[in-house]
Amino acid sequence: MASEPQGGLTEYITHHLHHFKPVQISEKDFWSVHIDSLTVSLALGVVFCLWFWSKARKATSGVPSKGQAFVEIVLEFVDGQVKDVFHGDRSFLAPLALTVFVWVFLMNAMDLLPVDLLPLITHKVGIGHFRSVPTADLNLTFAMSLTVFLLVIFYSFKAKGFGGYMHELFTAPFGSHPLLWIPNFLLNLVELLSKPVSLSMRLFGNMYAGELVFMLIAGLFSAGSWLLFGMGVIGYTVWGIFHILIIGIQAFIFMVLTIVYISMAHDHH
Amino acid sequence: MEFNATLIGEMIAFAILIWFCVHFIWPHISKAIEERQIKIAEGLNAAERAHAELKDADNKVAAEIKQARQQAAEIIDRAQQQANQILEKARTDAVVEINRQKAAAQDDIASMAQRAREELRERVGALAVQGASKIVQREIDPAAHKVLLDQLAAEI
Repeated sequence: MASEPQGGLTEYITHHLHHFKPVQISEKDFWSVHIDSLTVSLALGVVFCLWFWSKARKATSGVPSKGQAFVEIVLEFVDGQVKDVFHGDRSFLAPLALTVFVWVFLMNAMDLLPVDLLPLITHKVGIGHFRSVPTADLNLTFAMSLTVFLLVIFYSFKAKGFGGYMHELFTAPFGSHPLLWIPNFLLNLVELLSKPVSLSMRLFGNMYAGELVFMLIAGLFSAGSWLLFGMGVIGYTVWGIFHILIIGIQAFIFMVLTIVYISMAHDHH
Repeated sequence: MEFNATLIGEMIAFAILIWFCVHFIWPHISKAIEERQIKIAEGLNAAERAHAELKDADNKVAAEIKQARQQAAEIIDRAQQQANQILEKARTDAVVEINRQKAAAQDDIASMAQRAREELRERVGALAVQGASKIVQREIDPAAHKVLLDQLAAEI
Protein backbone atom coordinates (compact mmCIF):
# COMPACT_ATOMS: atom_id res chain seq x y z
CA MET A 1 0.00 0.00 0.00
CA ALA A 2 1.77 2.99 -1.26
CA SER A 3 0.03 5.98 0.05
CA GLU A 4 -3.16 5.44 2.01
CA PRO A 5 -2.76 2.56 4.41
CA GLN A 6 -6.05 3.18 6.17
CA GLY A 7 -8.14 2.34 3.06
CA GLY A 8 -9.45 -1.02 1.96
CA LEU A 9 -9.09 -2.72 -1.43
CA THR A 10 -11.65 -0.45 -3.08
CA GLU A 11 -9.88 2.63 -1.91
CA TYR A 12 -6.51 1.17 -2.89
CA ILE A 13 -7.75 0.60 -6.41
CA THR A 14 -9.57 3.89 -6.84
CA HIS A 15 -6.48 5.62 -5.57
CA HIS A 16 -4.39 3.86 -8.19
CA LEU A 17 -6.80 4.83 -10.91
CA HIS A 18 -6.19 8.51 -10.37
CA HIS A 19 -3.92 10.29 -12.74
CA PHE A 20 -1.26 12.70 -11.64
CA LYS A 21 -2.89 15.98 -12.63
CA PRO A 22 -1.26 18.87 -10.84
CA VAL A 23 -3.29 21.63 -12.48
CA GLN A 24 -6.96 20.88 -12.16
CA ILE A 25 -9.36 23.70 -11.79
CA SER A 26 -12.51 21.62 -11.86
CA GLU A 27 -13.50 18.05 -12.69
CA LYS A 28 -14.63 19.17 -16.14
CA ASP A 29 -11.53 21.16 -16.93
CA PHE A 30 -10.08 20.30 -20.33
CA TRP A 31 -6.86 22.24 -19.99
CA SER A 32 -5.25 20.04 -17.45
CA VAL A 33 -2.93 17.24 -18.32
CA HIS A 34 -2.10 13.79 -17.03
CA ILE A 35 1.53 14.40 -16.22
CA ASP A 36 2.08 10.70 -15.49
CA SER A 37 0.88 9.51 -18.91
CA LEU A 38 2.80 12.26 -20.64
CA THR A 39 6.00 11.70 -18.72
CA VAL A 40 6.06 7.94 -19.10
CA SER A 41 5.01 7.95 -22.75
CA LEU A 42 7.50 10.66 -23.67
CA ALA A 43 10.26 8.94 -21.74
CA LEU A 44 9.52 5.70 -23.56
CA GLY A 45 9.31 7.57 -26.86
CA VAL A 46 12.74 9.00 -26.19
CA VAL A 47 14.00 5.55 -25.23
CA PHE A 48 12.69 4.20 -28.52
CA CYS A 49 14.22 7.04 -30.54
CA LEU A 50 17.61 6.96 -28.85
CA TRP A 51 17.80 3.20 -28.92
CA PHE A 52 16.94 2.81 -32.60
CA TRP A 53 18.74 5.97 -33.61
CA SER A 54 21.96 4.89 -31.92
CA LYS A 55 21.80 1.67 -33.93
CA ALA A 56 20.78 3.46 -37.12
CA ARG A 57 23.65 5.92 -36.82
CA LYS A 58 26.23 3.16 -36.67
CA ALA A 59 24.35 0.85 -39.04
CA THR A 60 26.76 -1.00 -41.25
CA SER A 61 26.05 -3.11 -44.28
CA GLY A 62 28.85 -5.41 -43.15
CA VAL A 63 28.63 -7.77 -40.22
CA PRO A 64 26.09 -6.21 -37.81
CA SER A 65 26.55 -6.04 -34.06
CA LYS A 66 24.06 -7.95 -31.95
CA GLY A 67 22.22 -4.76 -31.09
CA GLN A 68 21.98 -3.78 -34.73
CA ALA A 69 20.85 -7.28 -35.65
CA PHE A 70 18.05 -7.09 -33.09
CA VAL A 71 16.90 -3.71 -34.37
CA GLU A 72 17.05 -5.08 -37.91
CA ILE A 73 14.95 -8.09 -36.94
CA VAL A 74 12.25 -5.79 -35.52
CA LEU A 75 12.48 -3.62 -38.61
CA GLU A 76 12.25 -6.53 -41.02
CA PHE A 77 9.32 -7.96 -39.10
CA VAL A 78 7.40 -4.69 -39.31
CA ASP A 79 8.40 -4.18 -42.93
CA GLY A 80 7.15 -7.66 -43.75
CA GLN A 81 3.80 -6.91 -42.17
CA VAL A 82 3.50 -3.68 -44.15
CA LYS A 83 4.58 -5.40 -47.36
CA ASP A 84 1.89 -8.04 -46.95
CA VAL A 85 -0.90 -5.50 -46.71
CA PHE A 86 0.22 -2.43 -48.58
CA HIS A 87 1.56 -2.47 -52.12
CA GLY A 88 3.02 0.95 -52.64
CA ASP A 89 5.72 3.27 -51.41
CA ARG A 90 6.44 2.16 -47.87
CA SER A 91 8.84 4.95 -46.99
CA PHE A 92 6.28 6.55 -44.67
CA LEU A 93 3.94 3.75 -43.69
CA ALA A 94 6.66 1.32 -42.63
CA PRO A 95 8.40 3.69 -40.19
CA LEU A 96 4.99 4.73 -38.91
CA ALA A 97 4.16 1.10 -38.22
CA LEU A 98 7.53 0.63 -36.53
CA THR A 99 6.92 3.63 -34.29
CA VAL A 100 3.46 2.39 -33.38
CA PHE A 101 4.65 -1.12 -32.65
CA VAL A 102 7.68 -0.32 -30.53
CA TRP A 103 6.14 2.62 -28.70
CA VAL A 104 2.94 0.80 -27.83
CA PHE A 105 4.91 -2.27 -26.85
CA LEU A 106 7.14 -0.29 -24.52
CA MET A 107 4.18 1.51 -22.95
CA ASN A 108 2.28 -1.74 -22.53
CA ALA A 109 5.38 -3.25 -20.96
CA MET A 110 5.12 -0.72 -18.15
CA ASP A 111 2.29 -2.95 -16.95
CA LEU A 112 4.89 -5.56 -16.05
CA LEU A 113 6.47 -3.30 -13.45
CA PRO A 114 5.00 -3.98 -10.03
CA VAL A 115 1.84 -1.84 -9.80
CA ASP A 116 3.10 -0.06 -6.72
CA LEU A 117 6.68 0.54 -7.83
CA LEU A 118 6.41 3.85 -9.66
CA PRO A 119 3.66 5.23 -7.34
CA LEU A 120 5.90 4.37 -4.37
CA ILE A 121 8.83 6.24 -5.89
CA THR A 122 6.76 9.26 -6.89
CA HIS A 123 5.14 9.30 -3.45
CA LYS A 124 8.58 9.90 -1.98
CA VAL A 125 8.85 13.12 -3.98
CA GLY A 126 5.36 14.20 -3.01
CA ILE A 127 3.24 13.00 -5.90
CA GLY A 128 0.31 11.06 -4.52
CA HIS A 129 -1.22 9.70 -7.71
CA PHE A 130 0.79 8.10 -10.47
CA ARG A 131 -0.33 5.66 -13.15
CA SER A 132 2.59 4.06 -14.90
CA VAL A 133 0.84 2.57 -17.95
CA PRO A 134 0.14 5.28 -20.53
CA THR A 135 -1.82 2.92 -22.78
CA ALA A 136 -4.33 2.45 -19.96
CA ASP A 137 -5.14 6.13 -20.38
CA LEU A 138 -7.83 6.86 -22.97
CA ASN A 139 -6.16 10.16 -23.78
CA LEU A 140 -3.11 8.39 -25.11
CA THR A 141 -4.89 5.64 -27.04
CA PHE A 142 -7.24 8.18 -28.59
CA ALA A 143 -4.34 10.48 -29.38
CA MET A 144 -2.75 7.67 -31.36
CA SER A 145 -5.92 6.49 -33.05
CA LEU A 146 -6.97 10.04 -33.95
CA THR A 147 -3.55 10.65 -35.48
CA VAL A 148 -4.02 7.49 -37.49
CA PHE A 149 -7.53 8.71 -38.36
CA LEU A 150 -6.15 12.01 -39.63
CA LEU A 151 -3.62 10.09 -41.71
CA VAL A 152 -6.43 7.96 -43.12
CA ILE A 153 -8.35 11.10 -44.13
CA PHE A 154 -5.18 12.65 -45.55
CA TYR A 155 -4.30 9.61 -47.62
CA SER A 156 -7.89 9.19 -48.79
CA PHE A 157 -7.75 12.68 -50.25
CA LYS A 158 -4.23 12.20 -51.54
CA ALA A 159 -4.93 8.89 -53.26
CA LYS A 160 -8.36 9.68 -54.71
CA GLY A 161 -8.46 13.44 -54.89
CA PHE A 162 -11.19 15.52 -53.29
CA GLY A 163 -13.76 14.66 -55.95
CA GLY A 164 -12.92 11.01 -56.02
CA TYR A 165 -13.11 10.67 -52.26
CA MET A 166 -16.44 12.53 -52.09
CA HIS A 167 -17.75 10.37 -54.88
CA GLU A 168 -16.76 7.30 -52.98
CA LEU A 169 -18.28 8.55 -49.73
CA PHE A 170 -21.64 9.18 -51.37
CA THR A 171 -21.90 6.36 -53.91
CA ALA A 172 -20.27 3.35 -52.27
CA PRO A 173 -21.33 0.77 -51.26
CA PHE A 174 -25.00 0.82 -52.39
CA GLY A 175 -24.86 2.66 -55.67
CA SER A 176 -24.85 6.08 -57.28
CA HIS A 177 -28.61 6.73 -57.32
CA PRO A 178 -29.26 10.18 -55.74
CA LEU A 179 -31.69 8.63 -53.26
CA LEU A 180 -28.89 6.43 -51.96
CA TRP A 181 -26.44 9.25 -51.34
CA ILE A 182 -27.53 9.88 -47.78
CA PRO A 183 -27.56 6.20 -46.69
CA ASN A 184 -24.21 5.70 -48.37
CA PHE A 185 -22.71 8.68 -46.62
CA LEU A 186 -24.12 7.71 -43.22
CA LEU A 187 -22.75 4.20 -43.54
CA ASN A 188 -19.35 5.47 -44.61
CA LEU A 189 -19.34 7.93 -41.75
CA VAL A 190 -20.03 5.18 -39.23
CA GLU A 191 -17.37 3.02 -40.81
CA LEU A 192 -14.88 5.86 -40.77
CA LEU A 193 -15.57 6.89 -37.19
CA SER A 194 -15.62 3.36 -35.87
CA LYS A 195 -12.00 2.94 -36.88
CA PRO A 196 -10.34 5.27 -34.36
CA VAL A 197 -12.85 4.35 -31.67
CA SER A 198 -12.33 0.61 -31.99
CA LEU A 199 -8.58 1.03 -32.40
CA SER A 200 -8.16 3.04 -29.23
CA MET A 201 -10.82 1.30 -27.13
CA ARG A 202 -9.33 -2.12 -27.83
CA LEU A 203 -5.89 -1.13 -26.61
CA PHE A 204 -7.24 0.88 -23.72
CA GLY A 205 -9.62 -1.85 -22.62
CA ASN A 206 -6.97 -4.55 -22.63
CA MET A 207 -4.42 -2.49 -20.77
CA TYR A 208 -6.89 -1.03 -18.30
CA ALA A 209 -8.27 -4.45 -17.50
CA GLY A 210 -4.79 -5.87 -17.16
CA GLU A 211 -3.79 -3.11 -14.80
CA LEU A 212 -6.96 -3.63 -12.77
CA VAL A 213 -6.32 -7.35 -12.43
CA PHE A 214 -2.78 -6.63 -11.27
CA MET A 215 -4.21 -4.27 -8.64
CA LEU A 216 -6.77 -6.82 -7.48
CA ILE A 217 -4.09 -9.45 -7.11
CA ALA A 218 -1.80 -6.96 -5.40
CA GLY A 219 -4.63 -6.38 -2.92
CA LEU A 220 -4.12 -9.96 -1.72
CA PHE A 221 -0.64 -9.10 -0.47
CA SER A 222 -2.05 -7.01 2.34
CA ALA A 223 -5.12 -9.13 3.02
CA GLY A 224 -3.59 -10.25 6.31
CA SER A 225 -3.24 -13.98 5.72
CA TRP A 226 -0.19 -15.93 4.57
CA LEU A 227 -2.39 -18.16 2.44
CA LEU A 228 -3.81 -15.18 0.58
CA PHE A 229 -0.32 -13.72 0.32
CA GLY A 230 0.91 -16.93 -1.30
CA MET A 231 -2.05 -16.94 -3.68
CA GLY A 232 -1.23 -13.35 -4.49
CA VAL A 233 2.37 -14.25 -5.37
CA ILE A 234 1.24 -17.12 -7.58
CA GLY A 235 -1.56 -15.09 -9.16
CA TYR A 236 0.69 -12.13 -9.83
CA THR A 237 3.28 -14.38 -11.48
CA VAL A 238 0.75 -16.22 -13.63
CA TRP A 239 -1.02 -13.05 -14.70
CA GLY A 240 2.33 -11.36 -15.36
CA ILE A 241 3.46 -14.16 -17.66
CA PHE A 242 0.10 -14.13 -19.44
CA HIS A 243 0.32 -10.39 -19.73
CA ILE A 244 3.61 -10.61 -21.62
CA LEU A 245 1.58 -12.23 -24.37
CA ILE A 246 -1.12 -9.56 -24.19
CA ILE A 247 1.21 -6.59 -24.43
CA GLY A 248 2.86 -8.02 -27.51
CA ILE A 249 -0.41 -8.98 -29.14
CA GLN A 250 -2.00 -5.60 -28.47
CA ALA A 251 1.00 -3.74 -29.85
CA PHE A 252 0.94 -6.00 -32.88
CA ILE A 253 -2.82 -5.55 -33.43
CA PHE A 254 -2.54 -1.79 -33.14
CA MET A 255 0.25 -1.79 -35.69
CA VAL A 256 -1.48 -4.10 -38.14
CA LEU A 257 -4.77 -2.19 -37.95
CA THR A 258 -2.91 1.07 -38.50
CA ILE A 259 -1.35 -0.41 -41.63
CA VAL A 260 -4.67 -1.83 -42.78
CA TYR A 261 -6.60 1.42 -42.28
CA ILE A 262 -4.02 3.51 -44.09
CA SER A 263 -3.66 1.05 -46.94
CA MET A 264 -7.48 0.92 -47.23
CA ALA A 265 -7.39 4.67 -47.67
CA HIS A 266 -5.28 4.07 -50.78
CA ASP A 267 -7.72 1.57 -52.24
CA HIS A 268 -10.30 2.63 -54.78
CA HIS A 269 -13.81 1.30 -54.63
CA MET B 1 -12.37 8.78 -17.61
CA GLU B 2 -12.20 12.17 -19.04
CA PHE B 3 -10.53 13.72 -21.99
CA ASN B 4 -8.22 16.63 -21.52
CA ALA B 5 -5.21 18.34 -23.04
CA THR B 6 -3.21 15.15 -22.58
CA LEU B 7 -4.83 14.04 -25.81
CA ILE B 8 -3.36 16.94 -27.74
CA GLY B 9 0.01 16.57 -26.06
CA GLU B 10 0.15 12.91 -26.92
CA MET B 11 -0.88 13.55 -30.51
CA ILE B 12 1.98 16.01 -30.88
CA ALA B 13 4.34 13.56 -29.22
CA PHE B 14 3.18 10.78 -31.50
CA ALA B 15 3.62 12.96 -34.57
CA ILE B 16 7.16 13.88 -33.48
CA LEU B 17 8.02 10.24 -32.89
CA ILE B 18 6.72 9.31 -36.35
CA TRP B 19 8.66 12.16 -37.92
CA PHE B 20 11.83 11.15 -36.11
CA CYS B 21 11.44 7.51 -37.11
CA VAL B 22 10.70 8.37 -40.75
CA HIS B 23 13.72 10.63 -41.07
CA PHE B 24 16.40 9.38 -38.74
CA ILE B 25 15.81 5.73 -38.00
CA TRP B 26 14.14 3.89 -40.83
CA PRO B 27 16.18 5.09 -43.83
CA HIS B 28 19.57 4.35 -42.25
CA ILE B 29 18.73 0.88 -41.08
CA SER B 30 16.84 -0.18 -44.18
CA LYS B 31 19.67 1.21 -46.32
CA ALA B 32 22.14 -0.91 -44.37
CA ILE B 33 19.92 -3.94 -44.80
CA GLU B 34 19.50 -3.39 -48.52
CA GLU B 35 23.21 -2.84 -49.02
CA ARG B 36 23.92 -6.01 -47.13
CA GLN B 37 21.41 -7.87 -49.28
CA ILE B 38 23.25 -6.66 -52.38
CA LYS B 39 26.58 -7.64 -50.84
CA ILE B 40 25.31 -11.09 -49.97
CA ALA B 41 23.91 -11.55 -53.47
CA GLU B 42 27.25 -10.50 -54.94
CA GLY B 43 29.06 -12.80 -52.58
CA LEU B 44 26.90 -15.74 -53.59
CA ASN B 45 27.43 -14.95 -57.26
CA ALA B 46 31.17 -14.68 -56.73
CA ALA B 47 31.19 -17.99 -54.91
CA GLU B 48 29.31 -19.64 -57.76
CA ARG B 49 31.66 -18.12 -60.30
CA ALA B 50 34.68 -19.22 -58.28
CA HIS B 51 33.23 -22.70 -58.09
CA ALA B 52 32.84 -22.83 -61.88
CA GLU B 53 36.34 -21.46 -62.37
CA LEU B 54 37.72 -24.04 -59.99
CA LYS B 55 36.02 -26.76 -61.99
CA ASP B 56 37.51 -25.37 -65.21
CA ALA B 57 40.94 -25.18 -63.63
CA ASP B 58 40.62 -28.74 -62.38
CA ASN B 59 39.73 -29.93 -65.85
CA LYS B 60 42.62 -28.01 -67.34
CA VAL B 61 45.03 -29.40 -64.79
CA ALA B 62 43.81 -32.92 -65.45
CA ALA B 63 44.26 -32.45 -69.21
CA GLU B 64 47.72 -31.04 -68.74
CA ILE B 65 48.75 -33.83 -66.43
CA LYS B 66 47.54 -36.32 -69.01
CA GLN B 67 49.52 -34.58 -71.75
CA ALA B 68 52.62 -34.39 -69.59
CA ARG B 69 52.37 -38.06 -68.81
CA GLN B 70 52.08 -38.85 -72.51
CA GLN B 71 55.10 -36.69 -73.30
CA ALA B 72 57.08 -38.31 -70.55
CA ALA B 73 56.23 -41.72 -71.92
CA GLU B 74 57.34 -40.64 -75.40
CA ILE B 75 60.60 -39.26 -74.03
CA ILE B 76 61.28 -42.47 -72.18
CA ASP B 77 60.57 -44.50 -75.31
CA ARG B 78 62.88 -42.37 -77.35
CA ALA B 79 65.57 -42.53 -74.71
CA GLN B 80 65.32 -46.30 -74.62
CA GLN B 81 65.58 -46.51 -78.39
CA GLN B 82 68.57 -44.22 -78.33
CA ALA B 83 70.18 -46.25 -75.61
CA ASN B 84 69.63 -49.40 -77.65
CA GLN B 85 71.11 -47.77 -80.71
CA ILE B 86 74.13 -46.58 -78.75
CA LEU B 87 74.58 -50.00 -77.25
CA GLU B 88 74.32 -51.64 -80.65
CA LYS B 89 76.79 -49.21 -82.12
CA ALA B 90 79.19 -49.73 -79.24
CA ARG B 91 78.93 -53.46 -79.68
CA THR B 92 79.71 -53.33 -83.42
CA ASP B 93 82.49 -50.86 -82.78
CA ALA B 94 83.92 -53.14 -80.20
CA VAL B 95 83.78 -56.11 -82.57
CA VAL B 96 85.51 -54.10 -85.28
CA GLU B 97 88.13 -52.95 -82.82
CA ILE B 98 88.68 -56.45 -81.57
CA ASN B 99 89.10 -57.74 -85.09
CA ARG B 100 91.41 -54.91 -85.90
CA GLN B 101 93.49 -55.52 -82.79
CA LYS B 102 93.49 -59.21 -83.47
CA ALA B 103 94.69 -58.67 -87.03
CA ALA B 104 97.37 -56.27 -85.83
CA ALA B 105 98.52 -58.77 -83.25
CA GLN B 106 98.61 -61.55 -85.81
CA ASP B 107 100.64 -59.30 -88.14
CA ASP B 108 103.00 -58.56 -85.30
CA ILE B 109 103.30 -62.19 -84.46
CA ALA B 110 103.89 -63.08 -88.07
CA SER B 111 106.52 -60.41 -88.58
CA MET B 112 108.20 -61.25 -85.31
CA ALA B 113 108.28 -64.91 -86.26
CA GLN B 114 109.69 -63.93 -89.63
CA ARG B 115 112.36 -61.82 -87.96
CA ALA B 116 113.17 -64.54 -85.52
CA ARG B 117 113.48 -66.96 -88.38
CA GLU B 118 115.78 -64.61 -90.25
CA GLU B 119 117.91 -64.07 -87.20
CA LEU B 120 117.98 -67.73 -86.52
CA ARG B 121 119.02 -68.38 -90.03
CA GLU B 122 121.84 -65.88 -89.79
CA ARG B 123 122.90 -67.22 -86.43
CA VAL B 124 122.81 -70.76 -87.84
CA GLY B 125 124.93 -69.61 -90.78
CA ALA B 126 127.38 -67.99 -88.41
CA LEU B 127 127.40 -71.06 -86.20
CA ALA B 128 127.87 -73.27 -89.21
CA VAL B 129 130.81 -71.13 -90.35
CA GLN B 130 132.24 -71.17 -86.85
CA GLY B 131 131.75 -74.88 -86.58
CA ALA B 132 133.19 -75.51 -89.99
CA SER B 133 136.18 -73.30 -89.29
CA LYS B 134 136.77 -75.15 -86.09
CA ILE B 135 136.61 -78.35 -87.99
CA VAL B 136 139.02 -77.27 -90.74
CA GLN B 137 141.14 -75.34 -88.22
CA ARG B 138 141.32 -72.28 -90.26
CA GLU B 139 139.66 -69.19 -91.15
CA ILE B 140 136.93 -69.44 -93.63
CA ASP B 141 136.28 -66.35 -95.54
CA PRO B 142 132.57 -65.75 -95.19
CA ALA B 143 132.66 -63.63 -98.32
CA ALA B 144 134.16 -66.49 -100.33
CA HIS B 145 131.64 -68.92 -99.20
CA LYS B 146 128.74 -66.63 -99.03
CA VAL B 147 126.84 -68.52 -101.67
CA LEU B 148 127.36 -71.77 -99.87
CA LEU B 149 126.34 -70.28 -96.58
CA ASP B 150 123.23 -68.71 -97.95
CA GLN B 151 122.33 -72.03 -99.44
CA LEU B 152 122.72 -73.62 -96.08
CA ALA B 153 120.66 -70.95 -94.34
CA ALA B 154 117.90 -71.35 -96.84
CA GLU B 155 117.83 -75.01 -96.20
CA ILE B 156 117.44 -74.63 -92.47
